[in-house]
Amino acid sequence: MIYRSQQLALRYFAASMLLFGVMIAAGLLTSLYYLRVGFLLDVFHFSTAKILHIDTLVLWLLMGFLGSVYWFLPLELEREVEWIGLAQKAFWIFVGTVAAVAATLSFVQYGGTSAASLWLINQGRKYVEAPRWACVLIAAVLVLFGVNVVATALRARRMTGILAVLIADLIPLIVLFLNAFSAEPNMSKDLFWWWWLIHLWVEATWEVFIGCVLAWSLLHLLGASRAIVESWLYVEVAMVLGTGILGLGHHYFWIGTPSYWLGIGGFFSALEPLPLLGMVIHAIYDAGAHRHQILNRPAFAWLLAEAFGNFLGAGVWGFMMTLPQINLFAHGTQWTASHSHFAFWGAYGCAVISVIYLVLQKIRAGRGDFESQAWKWAFALLNIGLVGMSSALLIAGMAQAFYERAIGGSTFQAFLTAQANRWMTEGLQARVLFGLVFTLGYFVLLYDFWKIGKGRRAPETTLRKEASG
Amino acid sequence: MIGDPRFWRSGALSATTVMVAVLVILSIDTLRAIRAGGRNVPAYTVINRRIGYAMDAATNRYRPVLGGEELLFGRRYSAQEAAELIERGKLVIQTRACLDCHTMFGIGAYYAPDLTKSWLDPIWPSWQAMTQASSREEAMVRFLQNPDRYPIGIRIMPNLRIDRADAEALVAYLKWLSSIETNGFPARFGD
Ligand code: HEM
Ligand code: HEM
Ligand SMILES: [Fe+2]
Repeated sequence: MIYRSQQLALRYFAASMLLFGVMIAAGLLTSLYYLRVGFLLDVFHFSTAKILHIDTLVLWLLMGFLGSVYWFLPLELEREVEWIGLAQKAFWIFVGTVAAVAATLSFVQYGGTSAASLWLINQGRKYVEAPRWACVLIAAVLVLFGVNVVATALRARRMTGILAVLIADLIPLIVLFLNAFSAEPNMSKDLFWWWWLIHLWVEATWEVFIGCVLAWSLLHLLGASRAIVESWLYVEVAMVLGTGILGLGHHYFWIGTPSYWLGIGGFFSALEPLPLLGMVIHAIYDAGAHRHQILNRPAFAWLLAEAFGNFLGAGVWGFMMTLPQINLFAHGTQWTASHSHFAFWGAYGCAVISVIYLVLQKIRAGRGDFESQAWKWAFALLNIGLVGMSSALLIAGMAQAFYERAIGGSTFQAFLTAQANRWMTEGLQARVLFGLVFTLGYFVLLYDFWKIGKGRRAPETTLRKEASG
Repeated sequence: MIGDPRFWRSGALSATTVMVAVLVILSIDTLRAIRAGGRNVPAYTVINRRIGYAMDAATNRYRPVLGGEELLFGRRYSAQEAAELIERGKLVIQTRACLDCHTMFGIGAYYAPDLTKSWLDPIWPSWQAMTQASSREEAMVRFLQNPDRYPIGIRIMPNLRIDRADAEALVAYLKWLSSIETNGFPARFGD
């Protein structure tokens, strides 16, 4: 290992994987409230468990993203990242903040009716519930990260296509996070801006970001040609932003916003799967063209999983419910949760894992084959768990759309009737079972991260030295 | 030409610029429509009026119907009082993280019922009897202060230490929420 930035990357990956585990634990806990009436009533709320689940989701992915860039950036510019000392301190601020938020949420849960609660305890806005003080620090860490990237490029007096796209993308990505501080009283306005954060993150800026990271992966994993990879990246950016920016309208159907969004949002978001399909084609093409150069099969398998998962989970599952005629009934049901899980996992979870495998091979190069049985088990268990969970939720969600929304008219009684429906109850049970499969996969993955590439016959003592050195 | 990455870069830049420009223009109009008192979102003083929700033959959609005066808690709120009440209601909603169990406009969590039209829910008359309240708003206040005493079928809402003033602000918030034009969501509500 050469660069300090890359050591920082390893720390980010470790923190990311730890948080991933916290997220899984919180997800399993959340799913149990659906099975038992009065589960932990007045002790630990469903809402708290769910907040822990979805906030750690955002954070482990962000940490994985930062780690990826801190890994690739010095390779791209062939120099140490500027202000890396500050970035190393920022890492601990990030980790400390996340731990403090998790503790606050777990033990305090929520506060009284005052602005102080928003600053110190819980902001109560989905995905960005973390209290304001924490959001200030997270924003600062993100800004410093952006400064690291820009300053290094300036210092190196070099710019590559991938890097230019990344820098241009980081600006809106960070600016949109400012919505995490809002306390707008008017719910329509609140949600209008909130969707700029949520949708324009996951369907625009994050999608471009991960495109850059995967472009670097392809260069390093397959030795693909830079001109081709960069052209693909531009095409992808054109299509993702060309459809995804106005695709925002698929969240403006029912929140008080004018009816022209039904047409605009439906049309543009229906085109959003195209770039994702493009990425699948690209991945298959590269796999064929470079079949003999693949020395890192786990990283490549996860890269393919990303391409397919992004297309299926985001593209196909999203498309299913994106036309207003269907969304009127599918909206805000377990169907939504089905898509959320599949899309986040396919588009971002798999990508982070792929990069971690790529990095592990580099730091353990020359110490035995980069191959194991465990990575295949982890791959199978995680993906079967996730697809099983999403399918169970899809079935539950379709029943809910039908019985609660279409037949029942979405009243309290219709909600309860749908929750008691057998498709629903059994779907939610199956979700827990597949969640357990997923959890098992997580532990195998950790085991494999620890072991793979270290050489099976190496004596214990050298292993330790290698791990610490 | 297509072998040159710069060709594709110009494409990416122009596609993005055009889309951002259109989004900005539409957003300006939308923000005007959704301010309190705009085309789609009534002023907060709508809490002093009767609110309904019915199929509109002209648009073939369910739409809010605003009627004559119908006081809330027997009071007539001024514009300022109504705004303060709504602001407080929103603060209760955020501090208690209502939308991490419920949805409003279908956005939130899926553990508890959607609240978009909860002010109009046909369940309240029977709840009025159960809570021995004199009115719908009074029944809602009693429920919100002690929800764990009134289990709703297979879901029980936890006690969130909501006091009387908080509960009144929430009821006002929900009444205002039900008056917003939501393009027909939820469909067939209360049929
Ligand atoms: C990586 C890409 C994507 C991710 C991570 C993602 C994630 C999500 C999440 C988390 C939600 C739920 C938001 C909430 O209410 O909390 C959501 C909603 C939605 N997504 Fe996606 N999505 C992606 C791409 C897409 C695409 C490409 C489409 C359309 C083709 C799409 C269509 C939708 C629709 C229609 C909804 C609203 C669901 C409802 O009405 O309840 N998504 N998405
Ligand atoms: C053991 C595995 C998991 C279990 C049991 C689980 C369970 C849950 C539960 C119960 C909810 C609450 C849904 C509601 O509001 O009713 C939820 C929400 C969510 N989970 Fe998971 N989850 C798991 C793994 C994951 C993974 C791997 C991801 C993404 C990579 C993820 C992303 C999300 C998202 C985005 C939401 C919000 C969905 C929405 O509101 O539409 N979860 N999960
Ligand atoms: Fe979206």
